[in-house]
Amino acid sequence: MKELKVKAIDENLTEVLDMVENFLEGQCSQEVKNEILISIDELFINIAHYAYGEEVGDAAIRLELLAQPKRLKITMIDQGIPFNPLEKEAPDIDLTLEERKIGGLGIFMVKDYMDHLEYFYQNNSNTLILEKNLSKND
Amino acid sequence: MRITENRIEEKIILRIEGRIDTNSSAQLQTKILQAFQKSKHLELDFEKTDYITSAGLRALLIGQKTAASKGGSMKLFHVCPMIMNVFNMSGFAKILTIEP
Repeated sequence: MKELKVKAIDENLTEVLDMVENFLEGQCSQEVKNEILISIDELFINIAHYAYGEEVGDAAIRLELLAQPKRLKITMIDQGIPFNPLEKEAPDIDLTLEERKIGGLGIFMVKDYMDHLEYFYQNNSNTLILEKNLSKND
Repeated sequence: MRITENRIEEKIILRIEGRIDTNSSAQLQTKILQAFQKSKHLELDFEKTDYITSAGLRALLIGQKTAASKGGSMKLFHVCPMIMNVFNMSGFAKILTIEP
């Protein structure tokens, strides 16, 4: 198990991604690794930009390897305003160039990449649990 | 992420290398907008990247809108299957010009 707690600011994204990349070294394909990194990137930046309003708060990221099937469990915790990212409305992907906006696309990608997602709020903390199978490519 | 810029006649070519993560997306957006100040026609070479987040998509959307407003073009080359999958699921495949 590996855990990292950092200030949720853009500048710490690289440290978070490097930690995840090192943890996954030799554990899965490049494609699976990228899907995991992109998901954590999107979720960490969401916390950095929205969880604490104008204030700066913490984000904790815990990684665990589980077996049968071999998978990665990611737990992300912040003490920001209660917010369930899984309830965010899916973007309308059929709009024209002029109408297109980006809001919601990040979570949309995370939902596509992850095999299991779960959110709860307890002890004044947003807790998001994600699981990704490491042995497959889709 | 690293971006190298080349100019061939009226075209500007940006070669992107490495992760287009949320932080480096700002750099990509700046490079795209600077390129459109110099030329109406831009090519983005995606051969050396297999990582893009929604912030990177935003940079491409702004690039495509800039191309449209200038009557120019923004073409993407050498897009890998993983990024192509992102373009398909996000609907971006329909609004970007993606060349083989």
